[in-house]
Amino acid sequence: MAVLIDKTDKVIVQGMTGREGRTRTKLMLGYGTNVVGGVTPGRGGEVVEGLPVWDSVLEAQDAAGPINTSVLFIPAPLVKSAAIEAFTAGVKLIVIVPDRVPLHDVMEIKAAAVEYDADFLGPNTLGTLSPGVGVLGMMGGSAESARKFFKSGTVGVSSRSGGITSSIAYYLGKAGIGVSSIVHVGGDPIVGLPHPEVLRRFESDPDTKAVVMFGEIGGTQEEDAAELIESSGFTKPLIAYIGGKGAREGTRFSHAGAIIEGGRGTYQGKIDALKAAGAAIAPTYDAIPEVTIQVLKDRGIGIS
Amino acid sequence: MTLIVEAVGKREVEKYGIHVPRGFLVELPEGARKATEEIGGKVVIKAQVRTTGRAGQGLVGFADSPEDAARFAERMLGRIVKGFPVTQVLIEEFLDISREYFAGIITDTKEGRPLVIFSSRGGSGIEEIARDHPESVAKVHIDYTRGLRPFEARELARKTGLSGKEMVGMGAFLEKLYAAFIGVEARSLEVNPVVLTSDGRFVAADCHLTVDDYAVFRHPELDVEIARELGHPPTALEKSAYACEKDDYRGTFYFIQLESDVKKGEGWLGFHGSGGGGSMMSMDAVSDQGFKVADFCDTSGNPPASKVYRAGRIILAQSGIDGYFLSGSGVASQEQYHGARGLIKAFREEPLRIPAVIRLGGNREELAIEYLNRFCADLPVTVEAYGKDDKVTFCAERMRALIDEHTSPSDAELEAVKPLHNTDTPKLPYEFKTLTGKITFDHAKCAKCESKACIEACKPGILELNDKGAPALNISLDDAARGKCTECLACEAECFYSGETAVRIELPIPGLM
Ligand code: SF4
Ligand code: SF4
Repeated sequence: MAVLIDKTDKVIVQGMTGREGRTRTKLMLGYGTNVVGGVTPGRGGEVVEGLPVWDSVLEAQDAAGPINTSVLFIPAPLVKSAAIEAFTAGVKLIVIVPDRVPLHDVMEIKAAAVEYDADFLGPNTLGTLSPGVGVLGMMGGSAESARKFFKSGTVGVSSRSGGITSSIAYYLGKAGIGVSSIVHVGGDPIVGLPHPEVLRRFESDPDTKAVVMFGEIGGTQEEDAAELIESSGFTKPLIAYIGGKGAREGTRFSHAGAIIEGGRGTYQGKIDALKAAGAAIAPTYDAIPEVTIQVLKDRGIGIS
Repeated sequence: MTLIVEAVGKREVEKYGIHVPRGFLVELPEGARKATEEIGGKVVIKAQVRTTGRAGQGLVGFADSPEDAARFAERMLGRIVKGFPVTQVLIEEFLDISREYFAGIITDTKEGRPLVIFSSRGGSGIEEIARDHPESVAKVHIDYTRGLRPFEARELARKTGLSGKEMVGMGAFLEKLYAAFIGVEARSLEVNPVVLTSDGRFVAADCHLTVDDYAVFRHPELDVEIARELGHPPTALEKSAYACEKDDYRGTFYFIQLESDVKKGEGWLGFHGSGGGGSMMSMDAVSDQGFKVADFCDTSGNPPASKVYRAGRIILAQSGIDGYFLSGSGVASQEQYHGARGLIKAFREEPLRIPAVIRLGGNREELAIEYLNRFCADLPVTVEAYGKDDKVTFCAERMRALIDEHTSPSDAELEAVKPLHNTDTPKLPYEFKTLTGKITFDHAKCAKCESKACIEACKPGILELNDKGAPALNISLDDAARGKCTECLACEAECFYSGETAVRIELPIPGLM
């Protein structure tokens, strides 16, 4: 089982004819994802990695549907239209890999996701990977390295940094701990599935026994995760590391922003909230595997 | 996000039908005098700086005569506020105030929707108003696709006690403000105070606008020089870095200087992160070792070698740093040797004088480490290269040890460092443009070369031996310039290593040389 990928889900790649699109289609296919084709307007009829390219998502649905998931590798300014196209064509999960997507575009995508009862991961995400199930996005780089890096097991990973998502999974694996699913929530201020949403999914995933979360200063995702724990929306053990202790406080330009954040967003605030909610804090990045092993032992959970 | 100065913000909201005070932007006291004459009567003088709380810092003044206005302007102009010199002041008509309000729209990142906030009290800080008079504040989240509906805007006014014409007028004001927020793609747009004048107009007496850095490209009207939150005026190096980055969409390069007073021997590092979270975590690790970082630099998202080269050169152009520390997350999905090639070129071109620790973990890291070792072995300073199985704490400790045992290389030693590129004038030049630079081969040298190493080194496969046995493009010049040459820098490096040092790759960095 996995939190966002299902072996039987049909997946398309929007922007499959581009450089990244091609490379990562190869990765996804090689790692077992059920990619059935791609979409690039104006390039319908071409073949990439042995798969058909269609002119629109609707055309893809007609030809090979039902398509549940789409992974986007397209230039940032074109993401909004492509994402909304996918939603209107009935796609339920999109993975937005590109970065620099304008924030107002993301707000519009978010509104469309609500309207069509769909979800999106990202923007600015490497995607998600579940060993033995598949990968959406570009986690692992190539199928060969993904197989080398990630070991299957019972710990979930949710991270605001892409490289860190894979790194944590790799270092856990070296310490003998396998992962169930690893999710990069995306690096931008607004993302479709922030930490609490990912934790909710890990909560209902029977194969996940504990979660490692990599947070960062800024925003309120980690405080919101702590709130979710307090309200019993997430009951499994959580191991957290917050990056940015060494960074100086950001300049705050908006006063009204301070009202809704209410002093949240700082390193100490996040640590305090998570501690109060009962999460285990890894004091350094290198200590994450150690702390995880300890937590699993304390709770009597086997490590693979 | 980037803060837009008041005068530009007002100019923008005016386009959406919002009244702003009659005013002039001036740069000299004489301009202030003329503006005041033109306006006639009492004026407000406001320094145009990117900071809050101007009134308390003597950056807002009132004058009744052109002479007084000029005097005020003279006092403000040239002052340094949070590192920014005051170069412009805004002279505006003094409004005849009958009532003040607060109106603001912010991007609520948690909800992913705009939030409109209105208060029937204005003038003082909204945080204090919300704390002391919560009943005077109303908020509503807006569905982005639908926008702010007229009744919602009026409802905000009604909830805080407005009625009749005042409520309707304020509703209309909020609608226009919302249209401006959408139009300029603001992160936040706040007007404090909105003034109701005695002749019944709603006027934006101030305007606090921040915009989304990723959207600035489609808003040239905002005159944003550097779309970055810096907190200080851009330094020369930051400008260089931004100029390199602006139009190069291959990967991301971010560079800001965190400290202006960086002195040798105080433990300052030139910091080069790779991947947002990895950078942050690496910075935490070096500060745990007692180091201070002079800059925060991040190259990520599969940047070409040329971008990493430029980042390296810019970081090393900072004076006063004791070491160069690069580290990413540890397991990057991207192939790492491109970065390594960029660093090698930087380290040899302007010979490295300080020790460096490079932790390039991820795909093909073995190759990256091998490159760094091979091409840095003869440098008079130590460069150590590590991969994903070397913990970041360990790498920070190595940085400490290397700095402790470091002795400055002599001029002779530095002079002995040969750059990778051909420094002779080519006798038989063959050149082509790349996306951000230029490559020149000296075919006279190539004639003597046995290895022809450049051909094999060029992974994109765009180089081929011509009938005289010299390397030439097998694609058109246009294609090379459009990005088919990936600026991987391999031809230059391998030609240096096993050829005749016949290649020169020029990658200009505006403002640096
Ligand atoms: S390796 Fe250098 S000298 Fe030899 S052919 Fe290539 S460019 Fe010319
Ligand atoms: S010519 Fe080939 S080897 Fe040289 S920089 Fe361009 S792509 Fe790289």
